[in-house]
Amino acid sequence: MKELIQLFLTFARIGGFTFGGGYAMLPMIQREIVQNKKWATEEEVMNYYAVGQCTPGVIAVNTATFIGYKCKGIVGAIFATLGVIFPSIVIITVIAAFIRNFLSYEAVGYALSGINVAVAVLVIDAVIKLWKKGVKNIFGFCLFLGALIFSVFTDWSPIYVVIAAIVFGISYGALNSRKADRK
Amino acid sequence: MMFLWYLIYEFFKTGLFAVGGGLATLPFLYDIASRYDWLSANMMPDMIAVSESTPGPIGVNMATYCGYNAGFEDGGIALGILSGIAATLALVLPSLIIIIIVARVLDKFQNSVLVDHAFGGLRPAVCGLIAAAAVNVFAGACINTELYESTRAISDLFDIKALILFAVLFVINKKFKLHPIFIIIPAAIAGILIKM
Repeated sequence: MKELIQLFLTFARIGGFTFGGGYAMLPMIQREIVQNKKWATEEEVMNYYAVGQCTPGVIAVNTATFIGYKCKGIVGAIFATLGVIFPSIVIITVIAAFIRNFLSYEAVGYALSGINVAVAVLVIDAVIKLWKKGVKNIFGFCLFLGALIFSVFTDWSPIYVVIAAIVFGISYGALNSRKADRK
Repeated sequence: MMFLWYLIYEFFKTGLFAVGGGLATLPFLYDIASRYDWLSANMMPDMIAVSESTPGPIGVNMATYCGYNAGFEDGGIALGILSGIAATLALVLPSLIIIIIVARVLDKFQNSVLVDHAFGGLRPAVCGLIAAAAVNVFAGACINTELYESTRAISDLFDIKALILFAVLFVINKKFKLHPIFIIIPAAIAGILIKM
């Protein structure tokens, strides 16, 4: 039970400090899940995030559910999911009920500009960490670059990147094992 | 109360079919607004702005907000709160089911070479996708394309205050390896103090 509550609280903390899309939660996940709690490795987080991209639903929720399941099975998945959505429910309800003009306060705009800069710093830092674990050879570098360019210059869904990466990954793996066989 | 079932049904459907993150839910929400009178498309821009600027995944925030508004129209604050919670839970329920199934299937194929190779390709690509997100976030926070297009002065292209804050935070983050919360909160305070 203690671990389930920890799962809930950890993901509530992550949800409460995720500003932006699913990518914005990665710095928090690396810190809380990989470094502090050691519930998953950097590679595993990348795997979960990849699965979260191409399964239906909100990516941040999918990633949370996945990690929760890995820790404590189905109950763990439920607690992690409830945790990550809890801050949204509280904060949005308060805003919708009492401070509808919340965006018209000048201070909110200034604070958000500051937060955007912080998120940029944190996400760049997250990419550097992931790069060290995820990009290990020329093949990886090509996929990295391809995904980056595709994603910056087109509006297409990242699902195409995910599908292409799976196809390339499997073909490259098959090619390598055939080479190894010949030797 | 009939509407609560429609609400749960519609958000469950959104969670089931919106692939690719929070913003992918938007077309579904507009579709809901066009078919029911408890959600109006006029409120959508405001809800998107609030959802993007409050903590929490955007898709989840949108669900809570839409649910609250729908319930509030029908029966005041109490029903609003209930509907907000119901819509959010309905949105994430498909994720919960699908991810548990996917996780079980992957467990079964844990030793499969094919899955291993697939993830070997996925990891660098995901890294690239997040790098692209980083580029976009950085541009959004520190580069001022609108002002530059109207004045064409290079000095207007970069938001100097933001760049300085970026450099300071970057160095602090690298040096002290703080918890992300201790980068986000000071950045918010700094934003207010220097009127970014």
